[in-house]
Amino acid sequence: MITLINLKILIKLLLILILPPVIGCILSGIDRKVTAHLQGRVGPPLLQPLYDVIKLFNKENIVVNKYQNVYVITYFIFVVLSLFMLLMKMDFLMIIFVYTIANTSLIVGGMSTGSPYSRIGSVRETISMLAYEPILLFYIIGMYMLTGSFKISKLAYTNKPLLYYLPLIFIAMLFIMTIKFKKSPFDFSTSHHAHQELVKGMFTEYSGPALAIIEVAHWYEYVFLLGLIFLFWYTSPIIGLILALITFFLEIVIDNICARLSWEWMLKFTWTIIIGLSIANILFIYLYNVKIL
Amino acid sequence: MAGISKNIMSKSPWVVHVNCNSCNGCDIEFLACLTPIYDAERLGIINVGTPKQADILVVTGSANYKNIDVLKNIYNQMPEPKVVVAVGACACTGGVFHSCYNVIGGIDEILPVDVYVPGCCPKPESIIDGLIEASRILEEKRIKIKNPDKGVAI
Repeated sequence: MITLINLKILIKLLLILILPPVIGCILSGIDRKVTAHLQGRVGPPLLQPLYDVIKLFNKENIVVNKYQNVYVITYFIFVVLSLFMLLMKMDFLMIIFVYTIANTSLIVGGMSTGSPYSRIGSVRETISMLAYEPILLFYIIGMYMLTGSFKISKLAYTNKPLLYYLPLIFIAMLFIMTIKFKKSPFDFSTSHHAHQELVKGMFTEYSGPALAIIEVAHWYEYVFLLGLIFLFWYTSPIIGLILALITFFLEIVIDNICARLSWEWMLKFTWTIIIGLSIANILFIYLYNVKIL
Repeated sequence: MAGISKNIMSKSPWVVHVNCNSCNGCDIEFLACLTPIYDAERLGIINVGTPKQADILVVTGSANYKNIDVLKNIYNQMPEPKVVVAVGACACTGGVFHSCYNVIGGIDEILPVDVYVPGCCPKPESIIDGLIEASRILEEKRIKIKNPDKGVAI
């Protein structure tokens, strides 16, 4: 019996480690394909992100200082850990803390190089963290007020989806997803293919295997971020998945129809309208004392 | 996995573009490769901003005493394996500026050029052709680095 449980946990662990990068790779391939079609191009093959990563592993690793590699590995480990904690339905507050460490290490890595492009990119990433962290906390507070617990596993005991009670926070999270996916209105810290800003922003000084590890960590991060959207409809996994996929395609469309904005605009926008929406939602739950558990 | 990693260099060659006092004709034609008509991204070719992430160095314009240090610096920042493509008559030989008092000549006076794309200015089709040839040489260089005693295998 004990070995059976151990085997189950082992299989679960393997699935958590192997499945997300596969999904993330295909998602980022779809991203590039859809973007190309929206621009009237044919676009690269679906597995192009995988080819890029294998190619990068075959390249030489040029670093300015050896600490850069440490920060890349820290970023990778903490992104995987936060996704692992999310899939194991652990404490939501803790997950966001672990996730913050991942992003912080990326910023410190960019800062450690001394290249002006990389530094400005890192500073801008810090500013975008300033913009999105409060919204994530409001999301957690909203969930806590509804269920009386920070644990994600508590969501399984109710059949009422969070989206009914946190619709304004969902809208706020859509904007946060645009910041986190580094999509067009807010892609000023670093950006994806064919949008160049500040050379390559935070990742200017990374090359070869280090960049490949960052890219693989991004695949985990894609799944993690869509997992946060999935939680809005945790009661029915299929609707939750559809919600996450709709969000993803919405982000691609927003990426292609928007021009890049300045960081001042983003900070003003998130700290007034987006935080206002979130507070309105929290106030509503507080005043009417809504509980789903 | 072994099947995927075969010819991997030619599947995603990332390009960094350097203008060595070119007249902008070749640069416009090179950027035309990335537009929807020619769409170089379908071959995995991406124009990256930083030399540290690039595989192919595309140089337009002739080498002269003002840009020689910049060009060498950019080339040295690229990780191995790397390939240099000279685009246009000026980059290949010096073109109409050849034997001017401040012009050294073609890019091959300074860097080891692997592919020459002649023309003034070359068509986007011939530039893409040159990039595909460059990505093939890139794969050869990767195999050479991996097994130094084996030599060229393709």
